[in-house]
Amino acid sequence: MTTTSSAEHTRRDFLFVATGAVAAVGAAAAVWPLISQMNPDASTIAAGAPIEVDLAPIAEGQDIKVFWRGKPIYIMNRTKKQVEEARAVPVSSLPDPQTDQARVKEGHDQWLVVIGICTHLGCIPIAHEGAYDGFFCPCHGSVYDTSGRIRQGPAPLNLPIPPYAFVSDTKIKIG
Amino acid sequence: MSGPSTYQPTNPALQWIEKRLPIIGLVHSSFVAYPTPRNLNYWWTFGGILSFMLGVQIVTGVILAMHYTPHVDMAFNSVESIVRDVNYGWLLRYLHSNGASMFFIAVYIHMLRGLYYGSYKAPREILWILGVIIYLLMMATGFMGYVLPWGQMSFWGATVITNLFSAIPYVGESIVTLLWGGYSVGNPTLNRFFSLHYLLPFVIAGVVVLHVWALHVAGQNNPAGVEPKTEKDTVPFTPYATIKDGFGMVCFMIFYAWFVFYIPNYLGDPDNYIMANPGVTPAHIVPEWYYLPFYAILRSIPSKLGGVIAMFSAIIVLAFLPWLDTAKTKSSKYRPLAKQFFWMFVVVAVLLGWLGGKPAEGIYIIAGRVLTFCYFAYFLIVLPILSRIETPRALPNSIADDVLAKYGKKAASAIIALILAGGLIVGGTQNAKAADEHGGSTPPSLNWSFAGPFGKFDRGALQRGYKVYKEVCATCHSMSLLHFRNLADAGGPGFSAAQALAVASDVKVQDGPNDAGDMFERPGRLADPFPKPFPNENAARAANGGAYPPDLSLMAKARNYDRGFPQFVFDFFTQFQEKGPNYIDALLQGYVDPAPKDFALPPGAYYNKYFPGHAIKMPKPISDDQVTYDDGTPQKVENYAKDVSTFLMWTAEPHLEARKRIGLQVMVFLIIFAFLMYFTKKKVWANAH
Repeated sequence: MTTTSSAEHTRRDFLFVATGAVAAVGAAAAVWPLISQMNPDASTIAAGAPIEVDLAPIAEGQDIKVFWRGKPIYIMNRTKKQVEEARAVPVSSLPDPQTDQARVKEGHDQWLVVIGICTHLGCIPIAHEGAYDGFFCPCHGSVYDTSGRIRQGPAPLNLPIPPYAFVSDTKIKIG
Repeated sequence: MSGPSTYQPTNPALQWIEKRLPIIGLVHSSFVAYPTPRNLNYWWTFGGILSFMLGVQIVTGVILAMHYTPHVDMAFNSVESIVRDVNYGWLLRYLHSNGASMFFIAVYIHMLRGLYYGSYKAPREILWILGVIIYLLMMATGFMGYVLPWGQMSFWGATVITNLFSAIPYVGESIVTLLWGGYSVGNPTLNRFFSLHYLLPFVIAGVVVLHVWALHVAGQNNPAGVEPKTEKDTVPFTPYATIKDGFGMVCFMIFYAWFVFYIPNYLGDPDNYIMANPGVTPAHIVPEWYYLPFYAILRSIPSKLGGVIAMFSAIIVLAFLPWLDTAKTKSSKYRPLAKQFFWMFVVVAVLLGWLGGKPAEGIYIIAGRVLTFCYFAYFLIVLPILSRIETPRALPNSIADDVLAKYGKKAASAIIALILAGGLIVGGTQNAKAADEHGGSTPPSLNWSFAGPFGKFDRGALQRGYKVYKEVCATCHSMSLLHFRNLADAGGPGFSAAQALAVASDVKVQDGPNDAGDMFERPGRLADPFPKPFPNENAARAANGGAYPPDLSLMAKARNYDRGFPQFVFDFFTQFQEKGPNYIDALLQGYVDPAPKDFALPPGAYYNKYFPGHAIKMPKPISDDQVTYDDGTPQKVENYAKDVSTFLMWTAEPHLEARKRIGLQVMVFLIIFAFLMYFTKKKVWANAH
């Protein structure tokens, strides 16, 4: 071994590098299923399919809470006054500027559909509470208005709008 | 691990750590500089392989525990939902269940290697005893793990094994009650077994650390059995032993992958695909193959307490080996008599394993007693006497001399012997399961498109089979593990999502309660399970003359028949896994009316050639032209039977196509990797020879 030529060296180095590289590829491939299994399984995904909600029983000024993918969704039939309040605010004064029109479906202006999870740390705000007649989060005092927009408190963002569409005037499909 | 290290890192940060915690030096002295005898053969790679298997079992086990539910009502289905729904769940489960068998194959080779080369002799007694403790812990862990899927064998295995303790005089019954946490094996038993099954592998890992520590203090034994004397006798652990162990490991992985991807249920018991039923014991209770020799010893002693004592003694006696065999020569290579007796002992152990899978009756009992005597005689009579009378051959002066003198050729024949031995044990279990005195005839083997390494389901057959199932089978049989969404799954019958949804919405599903507190019916959704024909088991029995039509989800994996010797050995190589569909196909066509004259058919039963016992409660379910085929396939019973069997194979193993596809990729990768490892190993070792 004292007289190993340089050509021999190269060939040996190549072999070592190739073996090491193949081993690394194998290890990476083996880790993939170990991580991937943590994602939602097929039954969870199937259970997260869109749901339909009948709006007919919700009177003006009332709201219901439904669950979609384990998240509470507030569906609120807003009064004229509530809609007007939401639209009267200058958008630029809001912490997370967004018009009320952008948060509802056109032609269904009285219906507010929001994911009822406080954007601060995930508590469930209480509807029809707080200074803006919208939502109040009891955990850390975030206050949302009648459009679900953040007005006061530590939460950084408005309540998110889930994907939904009106199937008919009295029925929506969430998801 | 052999005393304070002299290793000094050059990096100042590492030096700072090393001064406070000499962990780098520990790793360096244990796994880099550690001198290993240069004449170690491939039997010595099994220590590394075992560490690897322990790691695999812990990693896959921790992951499975994330998805498993330890409750008697949910455990069975939660295992099935792992296999069906969790991403790569089928892979993780098969890795874990077959991993247990691989672990035991490796440990038996490791133990026999120690036995052959006298690795238990001074100064390695404690090393050996720690090994025996690890083996005992492995057996306990394996047993408790087998209980967790809560199939029929899980439940009855748990019942039989825990009942061993009832043999203890006076306190036996109380101990068994204590183990169960109840008056029978039940939910508390399952919960504590789950807890302990999670705990024990970490205990094993702890004892393995002690085992390796003791090894590194005493140094490795070697095939010559002479201790290293000079530098020339050893090579540093890294790179020499690491690369050799690595190559051995990759070869072992190929063997492991063969099971996981192609014959994942070869070593398992079909009865364990039937949910635990405390009211019905399977016809033949057989433990997993790795316990069979001890099970045979247990059964060959005609007294309850005696059998239990003999069984445990058969393991405990190993711990006393260093004092039973007092010969100065370690390696059997230089002990002509001991070598022959060693191989006789191997044969005895294998035959005991084979007997353990046989029913305990007639000649098998006598053979079991003779072999049990031979087993103990080897340790208690043969080895002590041999150590006194045997004249060993001359030992080589040093390991270096041994390396120069030999080029071993024994390995190949030994491997063949071991494979045959393993095959025999497996065959034993299969015989036992099917050796029903009034069993059915053997179903013919059909050609299935999903058989073999490249097998795929025939989509047309799956769709026709689904139609037959829906129009015929589903009127009595449930299919609880299937959901409408599965019809659109990749590797399934190939429905589009819209077609699957159409199938689902034809079904009325009870949901609720609504705001008024009432239950209501709605159209089915993709996420809903297949509808049940009866609301509960009692209703099913009442409508079927007292017989309960079994759930069909797993039927194609829960049915079995005897393939006999040597067929089951070939089955390992040909990847034969189609007993279930063969049986179902044969059963559907096996009705004979009227029954043979000499057969007393009980009232309300029908004669079937292939049903075990021949008297089946299910009337002939299907006749020609009963189901309309739209694709022009002849509407004959044989086609109905074949299509519905294909469909049931898919419902039992929905990821079969993915399994075989990924299996091919893994195999190609491993073979390339094995070649690379082999040449790398040759290069590394070129300097050492």
